[in-house]
Amino acid sequence: MRSAYIDFIRMRFLTMLAYRVNYYSGIVIYAINIGAYYFLWSAIYGDQDTLAGFSLAQMTTYIAVSWMARAFYFNNLDREIANEIRDGSVAIQFIRPYNYLLVKMMQGFGEGLFRLLLFMVPGLVIVCLLFPVSLPEDPQIWAIYLVMLFLSFLINSQINILTGLFAFYVENNEGMMRMKRTMVDLFSGVAVPIAFFPGWLEGIMQWLPFQAITYLPSSVFTGRTPQSEVLGLVLLQAVWIIILIVPIILIWRSARKRLFVQGG
Amino acid sequence: MEYIKNYAKTRLTYRADFWVEILSDLLSQGMNLIIILIMFQHTPSLGGWSEAEVVFVYGFFMVPYGIFSTFFGIWNFSERYIVKGEMDRVLTRPAHSLFQVLLENVDPPSLAGSIVGIGIMAVSWPQLGLSFHALDIVMLIIFILGAVLIYAGLYTALSAISFYSDAPTGIVPLMYNIQNYGRYPVNIYNKIIRFVLTWLLPFAFVGVIPASYFLEKKTDDLSQLALMTPVMGIIVFGLGLLLWNHGVKKYRGAGS
Repeated sequence: MRSAYIDFIRMRFLTMLAYRVNYYSGIVIYAINIGAYYFLWSAIYGDQDTLAGFSLAQMTTYIAVSWMARAFYFNNLDREIANEIRDGSVAIQFIRPYNYLLVKMMQGFGEGLFRLLLFMVPGLVIVCLLFPVSLPEDPQIWAIYLVMLFLSFLINSQINILTGLFAFYVENNEGMMRMKRTMVDLFSGVAVPIAFFPGWLEGIMQWLPFQAITYLPSSVFTGRTPQSEVLGLVLLQAVWIIILIVPIILIWRSARKRLFVQGG
Repeated sequence: MEYIKNYAKTRLTYRADFWVEILSDLLSQGMNLIIILIMFQHTPSLGGWSEAEVVFVYGFFMVPYGIFSTFFGIWNFSERYIVKGEMDRVLTRPAHSLFQVLLENVDPPSLAGSIVGIGIMAVSWPQLGLSFHALDIVMLIIFILGAVLIYAGLYTALSAISFYSDAPTGIVPLMYNIQNYGRYPVNIYNKIIRFVLTWLLPFAFVGVIPASYFLEKKTDDLSQLALMTPVMGIIVFGLGLLLWNHGVKKYRGAGS
């Protein structure tokens, strides 16, 4: 059974490879976005050396690595699941011998692998050539960052799966998904590091999983997080992964019951 | 007229969809405003522009953008009209092809953004202590129309590319991201970008330049260029229309 799951990773990777041309323009688009924020922040810093604990060099690195991380962890699992629920193909998945949710996760991995190799890495290279990004010199930080990056991929995928599963209950959750995307982008700190949020908002963010997606890993990468706190952040990510499994399983179970009752 | 009536009929049967679309659209635009507000907590000025001024420019930006989005929902033009052959159907009718395609894709919820934009300007106006003249309304309308024409021209030209080749469809999202640069004061960018945004892909004219007409003059006085907005609009739209018409002729000539 395990090889079947690995197959899903491979299939999704190959599918995306066939359409890789679409992602070349994606690299350019992300570079343009990073550029916009870079100029904005440069103007905001003006003569100031640091803001909210970030120097301008760290800020530039933060923006670059955050967007490139997004290039990696981003996926459309929410849309896919919602579509499969809406057109009914999810019903067949119940009959099959493998677990639907695990399959979606595997497909997510396949997509992530593709994005990492063909989107994030070349993107990061190009962005480093265009903007004054300062990459960390300590290999330990790179190692920890990669772990955190993987964990943030898991968290983002979980949130996507959760959002997609809501299609069981809501007729058309297209609008909801769009709003979720906007919220995740804002609250995960892709556009603005959470340290810049007004105090009350920053407090709320501490209790939500979104910061674990972008803000925490990027803070470690830019060196803003002191060494002593880094492991604590990794642990926080792990905790969120475990917490998010609960609603997913709950909704899945209740949706199954519902489906069986209706479909017969 | 018929198109819009039909559209309204189909749309009102999905009333919830309508409001959700407006809400999510406003939320996306709102997020950018929130980012601006957060940034200004940490600095008094953005390249010499105050918070109220940048918010005003943002409000102005939203108006032509909303109008444009309402009437120009032709995002997947190549996919829907060329690949699937819908263009042939359009060409059998006596009305001009571009306007048919536009009318088939009207998207009224996007107007909500324009209304919010006007609201933002109305709130910022007294905050900035600007005087208000009746002429200002005329100028606003002229600038907004000019900006809409710029959007229209650029995206018509982009869509028209599909008449000439199977170019990758990634160009439209690319343009879409570049246009966001016009929301902010153009002097924060380096000279090359400023040149591109002013004269090649004139997105500076859909936001910051016309808006600066109403604001206090800065050192590099953008407002002198503001009066060029309608001119740029006419030129860009003219070029776009030319490209479209020529492309249609070519399309008609091939196959049949």
